[in-house]
Amino acid sequence: MSGGLAIGARVRVRAAFPPGHVRTPFYARGKAGEVVGVAGHYADPEELAYGRSGLPAKTLYRVRFTMAELWDEAEAPDDDLVVDVYEHWLEPNDG
Amino acid sequence: MQHLRRHHDMGGLRAGPVVHDEHDHAPWEKKVDAILRLAAAKGHLTVDELRRGIEELGPGVYDELGYYERWIASITNNLVEKGVITVDALGRRMAEIEASWGKP
Repeated sequence: MSGGLAIGARVRVRAAFPPGHVRTPFYARGKAGEVVGVAGHYADPEELAYGRSGLPAKTLYRVRFTMAELWDEAEAPDDDLVVDVYEHWLEPNDG
Repeated sequence: MQHLRRHHDMGGLRAGPVVHDEHDHAPWEKKVDAILRLAAAKGHLTVDELRRGIEELGPGVYDELGYYERWIASITNNLVEKGVITVDALGRRMAEIEASWGKP
């Protein structure tokens, strides 16, 4: 298993907008959050979607964002949202 | 720069109140579910390919079709691409069934 992000790690979702099948919601891309858990290790669904093996398996992280980070006009800006994000969509956010 | 949001990726968009009505599935919808499970068990497609096929229907068709209509459209396209069925055989079978409608 790759990945290697620790619980509590500050991350940013890659701001990528490819045309194909992706599992990272549009609203989370480019946003900063915190790793709060590991949901598991799975064959990459973005490869499985095209009939390929998706192997080696990738780590699916649980990443917490504040509503204020996700939405410009959040109704409850201090609430959290936890999104499952695959490792290849995450970058360290040390800044 | 305006980034491209694909049509199906609509999380967070305003969509009005959630309808909580319970409803039964029509027999054909259950059949679509069974076809997917069978095709997946035989290794013809994954749920990920199903999902990809639904996303590729595009905005117009995506909105016009119902939930299981989107499923069967994607299943059909996937099975044709994989060579499990042919468009010609499918067209002939559909015509056969349509011709039998209304007959005892």
